[in-house]
Amino acid sequence: MTVSPPAPGRPAVEVRGLVKRYGGRAVVEHLDLTARAGAVTAVLGPNGAGKTTTVECCEGLRTPDGGTVRVLGLDPAADATVLRPHVGVMLQDGGLPSGARAGEVLRHVAAMYATPRDVGELTERLGIGGFARTSVRRLSGGQRQRLALACALVGRGQVVFLDEPSAGMDPQSRRAVWDLVRELRDDGVAVVLTTHLMDEAADLADHVHVVDHGHVIAAGTVPELLAADGPQASTASRVRVEARPGLDTDDLEKALHDTTRRPAAGPAGASTGHPGAPAASTGPPAAPVPATATRPAGARWRVAETEPGVYLAEGPVDPAALAAVTAWLAGAGALARTITTGGRTLEDVFLDLTGRQLR
Amino acid sequence: MNDTTRPAGGARTPHAEPHAEPHDRPGSARPADATAPPAAASPSRRVLTQAAFEARTLLRNGEQLLVSLILPVLVLIGMATAPFLGIATGGTSRIDFAVPGVLALAVVSSAFTSQAIATAFDRRNGVLRLLATTPLGRGGLLAGKALAVLAVLVVQLAVLGAVAAVLGWSPDPAGLAPAGVALLLGTACFTALAMLLAGTMRAEGVLAVANLVWILLVVGGGLVVPPDRLGPLGPLAAALPSGALGEAVRAALLDGALTGGPLLVLTAWTVGAALAAARWFRWH
Repeated sequence: MTVSPPAPGRPAVEVRGLVKRYGGRAVVEHLDLTARAGAVTAVLGPNGAGKTTTVECCEGLRTPDGGTVRVLGLDPAADATVLRPHVGVMLQDGGLPSGARAGEVLRHVAAMYATPRDVGELTERLGIGGFARTSVRRLSGGQRQRLALACALVGRGQVVFLDEPSAGMDPQSRRAVWDLVRELRDDGVAVVLTTHLMDEAADLADHVHVVDHGHVIAAGTVPELLAADGPQASTASRVRVEARPGLDTDDLEKALHDTTRRPAAGPAGASTGHPGAPAASTGPPAAPVPATATRPAGARWRVAETEPGVYLAEGPVDPAALAAVTAWLAGAGALARTITTGGRTLEDVFLDLTGRQLR
Repeated sequence: MNDTTRPAGGARTPHAEPHAEPHDRPGSARPADATAPPAAASPSRRVLTQAAFEARTLLRNGEQLLVSLILPVLVLIGMATAPFLGIATGGTSRIDFAVPGVLALAVVSSAFTSQAIATAFDRRNGVLRLLATTPLGRGGLLAGKALAVLAVLVVQLAVLGAVAAVLGWSPDPAGLAPAGVALLLGTACFTALAMLLAGTMRAEGVLAVANLVWILLVVGGGLVVPPDRLGPLGPLAAALPSGALGEAVRAALLDGALTGGPLLVLTAWTVGAALAAARWFRWH
């Protein structure tokens, strides 16, 4: 039996109707998942959703109680010997022998393959050199994750399973890991990663499967998931401001309502408030809005201080609305640390789908 | 929308390079063999690599070294020289009487206590699962462990043999081969028992049980003290793998004989433990 690399875009992992029970309790119930070559597939879900169990069935570490799992066309349990050289695995709990040194572990795993990836190159890419001589039990969480990732990639597998790859990593390490994952994808590798980090899924994944209670409750590209609630969702619909706490949100709400009621034309700059000028807090500024701009009449704005110093204004965001926000800040003599505009995020979609309850 | 579509330009991936064919990118310097399809190293290389890795780890670990080497050496020196131990040796010198039992003890130390603890913690830390996903696989992992135990045994025999020789040990040359057979069988038996324990209990529990069993077997298991000197415990000790191993090695080194009874007991325990381990060992 041989394994031939699937063409880019062809399914490398196919899960159909997967069922897995632990002690009679179903952890995965009729789960379907497809991961393609040359693509990053994210399995996104809250803790206990069944993400790890699903990938462990794909890795041949667990035997499904129902359904079929095919990796590169083969059964991960029955055809394990043939499949193993082609599949790289990063476990959630690392799986690194604690008594050995980091560099030794990577060389050890590399020695299991006939043509492993260059250990020196991986060491450099993931910044492992700095702790190569440190024993695994003394590594930080992020260092262990990088070492575990290196072990998953050293065999040059065509399918790579990464279970929460950037958990516990600092931002620099995360960047390095994400760049490596994108490179794998560009090289035609099918990357399957589980995560509960929204930005990881949004930035990395070509395809997202949102999993909860053991089955996929939504799947698609990130833009598809964001657009699922209608066309409005994908346009800017919120302004987020970080400034000092305690600003009057009613003032802002009024000013924003005024922008939606005013005609869209007006002389630019004539009445723009100056920082600190008292007048600015009472009237909305005349923003340089193109005459062709149309605003939905009577559109509603909602403004709230969601946590101390974080203000969220939701409504039909346009340049005039943003100008109203800055005028409001100027009127209050408050300097914003950040002002961002945007639409629904993957996190909003995720929370809508999986609920806000802690678990 | 085609679900394999990649994000265009920098919209979602501001740090990604523009699209390019994999092998055109200047940043992706790969070894020359990168075009070869992924393949496993040969089975023998995988198993030998694993064995060397495990043996190194065991010999570098302080606690493992203590139980595998230092304690057996101390027991040997104590039995051979301590004036407060009134040991009836039945005419043989104290060192000749002590060595067989200490060699049997060394097998229990490395094959059972040390291996059970190491495997239990590897299991808890996911090491067994990770290695099972590499070309090594579960079978290769077990073979590597068995070879590692044998490698440690060789080191133990060399060190204990040297210390014993300094203390005046003179074994019957005819007994060396039968002793080797007994020690090998004992290693198989106690490794199987170690796997059974490590694969069915929590790591902390294994740590406690494996150490406790070691002490109990030293005191009353017929390892260093022959079962017939243990009074009412004697028949029980003789039926244990520890007593059988001790008796088999003593018969070999003291009388140059290969004794059937103890070897049969050991074989029965080995088969039973191996079957039980195969049945109940949990990888997770």
